[in-house]
Amino acid sequence: MWGFYFDQLMNSMPMFYKGMGVTVAISALSLIGGTIIGVITGILRSNEGTFMSRILSLYVDFMRGTPFLVQLFIIFFILPEFGLQMEAFTAAVVSLTIYAGSYICEIVSASIQAVPSGQEEACRSLGHTRNQAMILVVLPQALRMALPALVGQYVLLIKDSSIVSVIGLTDITRAGWLTVQRVPEGIMVFGLVGILYFAVCYPLIQLSNMLEKKFSTGEMKL
Amino acid sequence: MLEYFNFRIIWEYMPLFMEGLYHTAWISLVGIIGSLIVGMLACACRISGIKLLAAPAVAFIEVIRSTPLLAQLYFLYFGLPSLGIQVDELTTGIVALSFNSGAYVAEILRAGIKGIPAGQVEAAMGQGFNVYQRFFYVILPQAFANTLPPMLGQAIVLVKDSAVLSLISVMELTRAGQMLNSERFMPSEAFLTVAALYLLVYYVLKGLTKFYQMRMTRFRSA
Repeated sequence: MWGFYFDQLMNSMPMFYKGMGVTVAISALSLIGGTIIGVITGILRSNEGTFMSRILSLYVDFMRGTPFLVQLFIIFFILPEFGLQMEAFTAAVVSLTIYAGSYICEIVSASIQAVPSGQEEACRSLGHTRNQAMILVVLPQALRMALPALVGQYVLLIKDSSIVSVIGLTDITRAGWLTVQRVPEGIMVFGLVGILYFAVCYPLIQLSNMLEKKFSTGEMKL
Repeated sequence: MLEYFNFRIIWEYMPLFMEGLYHTAWISLVGIIGSLIVGMLACACRISGIKLLAAPAVAFIEVIRSTPLLAQLYFLYFGLPSLGIQVDELTTGIVALSFNSGAYVAEILRAGIKGIPAGQVEAAMGQGFNVYQRFFYVILPQAFANTLPPMLGQAIVLVKDSAVLSLISVMELTRAGQMLNSERFMPSEAFLTVAALYLLVYYVLKGLTKFYQMRMTRFRSA
């Protein structure tokens, strides 16, 4: 019996490959978008006490305090009521981008605050402007510290992208869901789904661990 | 925006939302207890130094951490019946949540245990404690104190993750929103209310974290 189902499962492999393409595409696009949003908002948020940083902490709280599933529903179902109709793919990328941006914002702003203030003061006394100090001196050090956490966040992003299967995008998870309707061997089908995610995420997790080891020694000894 | 918003409907559906919130709360609570048990066992196995115990624990943690919760949930939901195990959706959901979170709890505990000075274990050995006594009386209580803030963070994640259970039609907060949306076709009222209620839970847990950290700093500096 298992052999028969295995052959059937092999027949639906093309769908899984396509699903993997969709998962990778969505994750990659929102990873790039989320990083851009996250770094910009992170820099703005690291200035504590300003109006901007308060607004941004509301944004971060909202994104961290509600499930991604609900955020996806809000973007996919509510925005059309205000005349902003989006395809499933666009809605998925937009909501994942905004979601990832909030977490990256937290990581970046925490790393900026962890850079000793003497660094910025030294720049200012050398006659650099505040922007120069941030871009040339503080940010490179902060991003170095943030790198392991950022890679960890990318893994979470890839995993959270499985939720977009709910609005009808055929990613790996939905490919599995569609297959299990015809091949009633849940263990086998979702085992395969798990293997595909594992193949994408596990190297990234190892990379994150490696970066952490590399940057945690001999760094920031003042 | 307010002209689109029908508060009467929200009020009419308030019992449904409250029921959903109640279910989300107790599912999360059971999930947290379950994940603590799973996490403690996995962590104890991983650091036991016995290869036969450590290897499966490492495999379990890595597999859980590199696959999405939704895929794990479907794995159990579609997989258990094909093994001949018939359980209802709620049990499947709670088991999936406990195992998923348990892997993260194990890693949090391990980090907390690493932070305990080696002298503590040596002192316990000197008192003639055996390995179980050392683990349960000396290491674990201190590890819990060190790891409470990240644990509360994990609890927040778990509350949000429980939203995924709505996809296998478990009654909880997100499901309540989906029901309102499908009955009245009012996505704004449905999902913004759901988001607000999740935020409420989030702020309570975040407040607890802050309170604990404040007390710990006072306790440690005193």
